[in-house]
Amino acid sequence: MNREEALFEYLLRLGDTDVVLAQRLGEWIGHGPVLEEDIALANVGLDLIGQGRLWLALAGEVEACSKGAGRSEDQLAFLRDGSAFRNLQLVEMPNGDFAMTMARQFYFDHAHLLSLRALARSTEARIAEIAAKAVKEVTYHVERSADWVIRLGDGTDESHARMQKALDALWPYTGEMFVTDAVDVALIDAGIAADARTLREPWLAAVRPVLDEATLALPAGQWMQGSGGRGGKQGVHTEHLGHLLTEMQHLQRTYPGAQW
Amino acid sequence: MDIAEPWAIAAAAAGATTPALDVVWDALSTVPDPEIPVISIVELGIVRNVAWNDGRLQVDVTPTYSGCPATEMIATLVRERLAAIGVHAVDLVQRLSPPWSTDWIAPEAKAKLNAFGIAPPHVTVGRVDVSGISPLRHAAKAIPCPRCGSTETKLLSQFGSTACKAQYRCTACLEPFDYFKPH
Repeated sequence: MNREEALFEYLLRLGDTDVVLAQRLGEWIGHGPVLEEDIALANVGLDLIGQGRLWLALAGEVEACSKGAGRSEDQLAFLRDGSAFRNLQLVEMPNGDFAMTMARQFYFDHAHLLSLRALARSTEARIAEIAAKAVKEVTYHVERSADWVIRLGDGTDESHARMQKALDALWPYTGEMFVTDAVDVALIDAGIAADARTLREPWLAAVRPVLDEATLALPAGQWMQGSGGRGGKQGVHTEHLGHLLTEMQHLQRTYPGAQW
Repeated sequence: MDIAEPWAIAAAAAGATTPALDVVWDALSTVPDPEIPVISIVELGIVRNVAWNDGRLQVDVTPTYSGCPATEMIATLVRERLAAIGVHAVDLVQRLSPPWSTDWIAPEAKAKLNAFGIAPPHVTVGRVDVSGISPLRHAAKAIPCPRCGSTETKLLSQFGSTACKAQYRCTACLEPFDYFKPH
């Protein structure tokens, strides 16, 4: 795999993770527990769509450089099958109840921010500028999801139990955020990619005090999904992704190339 | 074209399809932000540069937020306004770096926001560095109510009617209001 091919894969991982999580958050529209939350979930999703578009558009340009023809951001998002998606498994997990949605967001937001902060120092200028832009947006996501984990954890017996259950259920999907494979390593060595292996400790340092204040326990399980190099980043997904894509891609699959 | 508009008069005086850059700036200063029409896109700080390149006008625009849905609307409005002063060869270039900051909103524009009922953003200098993570409850700031001026206000939601605003409520006059988030 040459540098362009590795970069294309890496950009798909960034872009697909944003787009898939945005689609999940969009499922809440019209179903939020209160109007303010409905709006907030949609706005977080909108930020992620914006960032995902930038990553996928760049991926298409890199693809054009290496193969002579590149796909557009829309073609990449709407006309690929599930096995071609490179998103983290964590973000394709179903919304569940509000605690499950916020646990997923809480785990992801903190890792996302750390990753973007590292990418803002990428030697690849286009990556650095997208990351620097996204850092500002994700800063709000981090504050918001941490706040909700505290409110629900340190809330009623019911909300506490649901929040803990959600954190425990999603815990095995967090490991994938901190492992690397040959694609990552080639780009880390070139100063282009963030080294996910170095993010786990700062992530734990950020997550732990929030859980302490929320009177919640950090799950203790050691076994992680996708840690053997066969996870979402390599195109191995849970049964949930296909259903999500069916809905997300319906229009472009029915009318390929349709424009608003 | 309404010749009473100052930019139109200036364009007519210039008598060319390549008006001077200050005429271009004046024209762009009359393009309202689609979601906050009380201020212009120039006051909002999203028009970063204008320049003539071989008879074509290059306009550098930066998005407020990556996913701002007004981006395409703004591009359309810019092209329409420039066409009205006879400039048709326009290249709109999206600039991501440096990332847009609310610090670029002009002071007069902040006063207009306040008069419109939107609490203007604080300067971002000194904003908590979130590598250390600060849940909202630890970062509470006194945001003055744009209606009564009281600082007895409360955050309702981190996101308001648009991605760039948060929702607050004034506990003195009881009115809800938008706060333009420092960014």
